[in-house]
Amino acid sequence: MALPTYASPLEKIWYYTYRVICALIFLFLIAPILIVIPLSFNAEPYFTFTEKMLALDPTGYSTRWYDLLLTFGMENPDVARDGSWWADVWENAAWVNAAKNSVIIGFFSTILATFLGTLAALGLSRPEMPFRRAIMAILISPMIVPIIITATGLFFFYSATGLANSYVGVIMAHATLGIPFVIITVTATLVGFDQTLTQASASLGANPTTTFFKITMPLILPGVISGALFAFVTSFDEVVVVLFVAAHDQQTIPRQMWNGIREQISPAILSVATILVIISIALLTTVELLRRRSERLRGMSPG
Amino acid sequence: MSDVADTPQGQLTTADGKPLKAALAHAQAHRKRRAFFLVLPLLLFVVITFLIPIGQLLTMSVNNSGFYSWKDRDTGGTVPLMVELRGWFDETAAGTEPDEAAYAALVDGLAHARETKSIGQIGTRINYEVSGSRSMFTKSARRAAKLEPPYKEALLDIDEDWADPKLWGAMRNASKPVTIDFYLAALDRTRDAEGNIVKVDEERAVYILLFKRTLLLSALITFMTFLLGFPIAHLLATLPLAKSNLLMIFVLLPFWTSLLVRTTSWIVLLQSQGVVNDIWVSLGILDDENRLQMIYNQTGTIIAMTHILLPFMVLPLYSVMRPIDPSYVRAARSLGATSWTAFRRVYMPQTVPGIGAGGLLVFILAVGYYITPALVGGSTGQLISNLIAFHMQKSLNWSLAAALASLLLFGVLLLYWLYDRLIGIDNLKLG
Repeated sequence: MALPTYASPLEKIWYYTYRVICALIFLFLIAPILIVIPLSFNAEPYFTFTEKMLALDPTGYSTRWYDLLLTFGMENPDVARDGSWWADVWENAAWVNAAKNSVIIGFFSTILATFLGTLAALGLSRPEMPFRRAIMAILISPMIVPIIITATGLFFFYSATGLANSYVGVIMAHATLGIPFVIITVTATLVGFDQTLTQASASLGANPTTTFFKITMPLILPGVISGALFAFVTSFDEVVVVLFVAAHDQQTIPRQMWNGIREQISPAILSVATILVIISIALLTTVELLRRRSERLRGMSPG
Repeated sequence: MSDVADTPQGQLTTADGKPLKAALAHAQAHRKRRAFFLVLPLLLFVVITFLIPIGQLLTMSVNNSGFYSWKDRDTGGTVPLMVELRGWFDETAAGTEPDEAAYAALVDGLAHARETKSIGQIGTRINYEVSGSRSMFTKSARRAAKLEPPYKEALLDIDEDWADPKLWGAMRNASKPVTIDFYLAALDRTRDAEGNIVKVDEERAVYILLFKRTLLLSALITFMTFLLGFPIAHLLATLPLAKSNLLMIFVLLPFWTSLLVRTTSWIVLLQSQGVVNDIWVSLGILDDENRLQMIYNQTGTIIAMTHILLPFMVLPLYSVMRPIDPSYVRAARSLGATSWTAFRRVYMPQTVPGIGAGGLLVFILAVGYYITPALVGGSTGQLISNLIAFHMQKSLNWSLAAALASLLLFGVLLLYWLYDRLIGIDNLKLG
């Protein structure tokens, strides 16, 4: 929206004020996420910029907090860093174990959510689907119902059925939380899906299975992958259900962070945060590329 | 009706002679079933992992078994508790002065509870209503088997609070297996010794206050996200696509970043030795001694939650604003409207669906927020979710937690229904 030539001086002032306001709001959105990156390299155990850091003195910066992520929880952190040291890291370091748990739980819950969610989205986007609206409302509700309520309900249910303190329980719960995202993204790809393509395929003699894998699947794949990424992020960032139903040794990254923030916040948290920010930048880029690909595949305007 | 009237002449049939209508209905039913079977596995999964747990939560909210029955961990069987005392409660009216028979029944129940190791559960249940009574139960149960009649004097010897009518009222309330009393407690109501529903004492009334605070803060946060979200959504919608896609990263990156990371960042920024206070001090706006307390209180909750929920406002607003034709505003200007009038009378009304969608979504999400208030809320920034967690993890009054959760759930579902009616969940978009 360029400034029109007939704008009055007042409008000109407002035009630039408006731009400044928007810039400040963007700053408000992005600054808190970027601020943790330099602070995680602080040489001192503080959460603020030291004078050395502001002077860009290299001695003000260090990677000691990243190192702490590896050594925290190790049996012999001070020996020479050879193969057995790394084996110790892999076995005992608290953050490494948390990362392993997060990846295992995230991986399986994503597979489960994506498979069931895609199947259901295919059914839901058919016009002949009965009770479409009500079923859709139920399937989306895990995203809307406050997480504390879901966690409380799961706690009662898992205690009664013996699923508490098990990986299966956490994976099932996380899959449920991820399903709404898969449904939303996949149905969004299926909106405007050209049904004549499948009809053409059928008329050329393909059976429904062949049609699905050769025609439908490649077209909806970008949506499915975005949905899967959403589901993975949901699981990877979930702490309340883990706190309520997981066993004590099933530490995940968010749970470890939660403990760290509640008990004694150390800059090590900031180095974890930095790693997570970098992961989310990578994910955002992937999803954005997928979205563009999907729009190109479906012949929509580039976005 | 005769067959003749049913089959008018010249009715269309398929090649094998079936009426076309029936054949079509048959084919459609088949297609319907196929669509439904695609959804069925997920539906079953969600029923098991979501709907049944929610059902259990609702059951727990009326579950009053603490004084009524005990689940034996070794045998797995259920043992009834305080049978004789419950019998006495059934026979007498509320508020009856306990007689010797009642005390005898109580002593019998205490001795039995000691044997079955269920006394802790009984004491905890009564302790919800009369604080400090848990130790009284365990102490008296230890000696109950050796007590001699008259039981009233014997029990009062151990602790004279056994004569407290409040305690007897609490035991009477606990003598039914199912109760709505936890809902009363969640609304700051209780029963007096006669069984009438009354308000609890001023200093113990916390829940309604917290419900009110949750609604108020959520409304404030929704308004803040609108205030901040509207200008940037407008800017994004009016810029050329290439530029707006670039700026969209500022909205989407927070959306994709871990909640805990964003909350941590706000702690780092806002704490008294944090970055924001440092900037104020170095600019000379604040003295070093008067650093602002912006975190671990309501301010912290509001700022952090506004930031976290802002993308949920911007995205629906943007998707409504993008297709608005700029020629409407130009037409209004050419007809003599000032830019403000054109904005207010022509542009703004077209964005109302987006404001509704974003506002409702942010409000729904804010009402149930737990993590951020728990980490940055201090004592004044806690919301109702935090109290549910407190009763689940600290006070272990699970039925009260479930009752509070059910009330919150009811409110959220009402808003969700409204959202579906007004906007439609199909229109929910992510990025």
